[in-house]
Amino acid sequence: MPLLEARDVYGGYGGMNILNGVNMTLEADEIGVIVGPNGAGKSTMLKAIFGLLVVTQGEILLRGEPIHNLAPHRLVHQGMGFVPQEHNVFPSLTVKENLQMGAFLKPGNVKRMLKQIYDFFPPLYDKRHQPAGELSGGQRQMVAMGRALMAEPSVLLLDEPTAGLSPLFMNEIFAQVKQVNAAGVGILMVEQNAKQALAIADKGFVLAAGQNRFTDTGAALLADPEVARSFLGG
Amino acid sequence: MNELVFFINNVIVAGSVTGSIYAIGAVGVTLVFSIMRFAHFAHADMMTFGAFMVLLLTLAFPGAGAALGLPTAVVMLPLAMVLTAGLAVGIDKVFYKPLRAHGVKPIVMVIASLGVTLMLQGLIRVFAGTSGESLYVDDRKEIFRLALPFEGVRAPIVVTEPQIILFVLTIICIVGLHLFLSRSRLGKAMRAMSDNPDLARASGINTNLIVAVTWVIVGGLAAIAGTLLSLDVTFKPDLSFFLLLPIFAAAIVGGVGHPYGAIAGGFLVGFAETLAVFNWGVLLRPFRDSLPEWLANAGNLAFVGSEYKIVVPFFILVAILVWRPTGIFKGKVI
Repeated sequence: MPLLEARDVYGGYGGMNILNGVNMTLEADEIGVIVGPNGAGKSTMLKAIFGLLVVTQGEILLRGEPIHNLAPHRLVHQGMGFVPQEHNVFPSLTVKENLQMGAFLKPGNVKRMLKQIYDFFPPLYDKRHQPAGELSGGQRQMVAMGRALMAEPSVLLLDEPTAGLSPLFMNEIFAQVKQVNAAGVGILMVEQNAKQALAIADKGFVLAAGQNRFTDTGAALLADPEVARSFLGG
Repeated sequence: MNELVFFINNVIVAGSVTGSIYAIGAVGVTLVFSIMRFAHFAHADMMTFGAFMVLLLTLAFPGAGAALGLPTAVVMLPLAMVLTAGLAVGIDKVFYKPLRAHGVKPIVMVIASLGVTLMLQGLIRVFAGTSGESLYVDDRKEIFRLALPFEGVRAPIVVTEPQIILFVLTIICIVGLHLFLSRSRLGKAMRAMSDNPDLARASGINTNLIVAVTWVIVGGLAAIAGTLLSLDVTFKPDLSFFLLLPIFAAAIVGGVGHPYGAIAGGFLVGFAETLAVFNWGVLLRPFRDSLPEWLANAGNLAFVGSEYKIVVPFFILVAILVWRPTGIFKGKVI
């Protein structure tokens, strides 16, 4: 049974559909990457999975259980983590407090998970008593991912984790995503840096106008001349 | 030296009393704003309601305090806090929650809270009448006079029992609130929700629970502040009219959404008020001989008459909104 499955999903904001039938499957240990032009519905799809907008048609299954239109906090309970693209930390809370909030539903986890998160993201340990709002963009992204991981999700949704980061930090974040995945967390992420993202992806979904244009393994999509021409800038 | 004692009695003691009440009041306003993002005008009436509950309980059990050596009103305060917290949660359920569920603009919430103000005030008047009433029903108000061991000092420093209770309770409130917000899981979740409600939800924080907890704390603090004020002077059903402006000024001066800012703002407004109505002529008296005649013979050198002291917070409010709308601690702009 796939970890996450979307079947012919339609949805959007205020009656206007942005998603016009998206299909996705992600296995438990995979990294899935959603790429595509602006306005293709990439972030919208992620939000639809996390219950932040109404799915009008189709279904989304987590380990075979339908989850579309469940409230976000219920999804956190069922093992889903979400890292928004912007405003993804609590700026006035310290790094440690940010992480603690991630385990709000599982207070028993805090100690063990904090240690694990500091192992994943060593820079956070040194900054643990600093307000997250004072960190650099890359470190903030680590806090955001760490916060989501605190609840021990089985699948983590990342909305453009490298947006606005320098190439140096970008590589670091990609490496960390791989590391998190290696620890047994399924990843589904939206990325602007399509080439780099597809290079680490098990599955790639190229969306356009709210529909799948190409769906294949990351490597196959990278090698496909048509994908390269229309979506990866030649 | 007598003039110094006069200054201590009329500014230091009186300012700390007013400041403490404003501080606890302003914390409530700021907490509601930081969690629900609207200016809660009914807060001052929750304070009156809390004091009214204390009055009713004290009238019902006038002798209860004697056993503990405290004024009955203070012994009844915890129960009144629970009742006021219940009222706050109830008001939220009936009036604010449905509006929130519709996703109305903050201004609609503000108007709704004005409606709640009028309703609460009417309710309290129905039962309490319109005249003032002392919370010291069966007890005597102790007055402590501390004589200073200096030669020529005749006037003592005067502190009353309710003022000492007030200082102690204020310190307990501030320390308790600080520990709650910085140490407890719910307190941190409150700060998280204040920072970013969407992310709080995405983290699995039950925001309805946080809202309820906020109202419980706000109701409890309102009862404390209202009761402390009524103990110091008397209980009046229209207490809130004189409180609303200063506590909003205090919350805004401190930076809306900052509990510590609200405390600082409360003391700032409280002291500004007492300094403005203080007769500075008293301090000039020892130097009378060396002063020009017009200054030496001036009767009252207060900035404003005490009947106009409400203009002080009003002026502070206007000044802060014009020159530093985020407040001293950089809060949110309403």
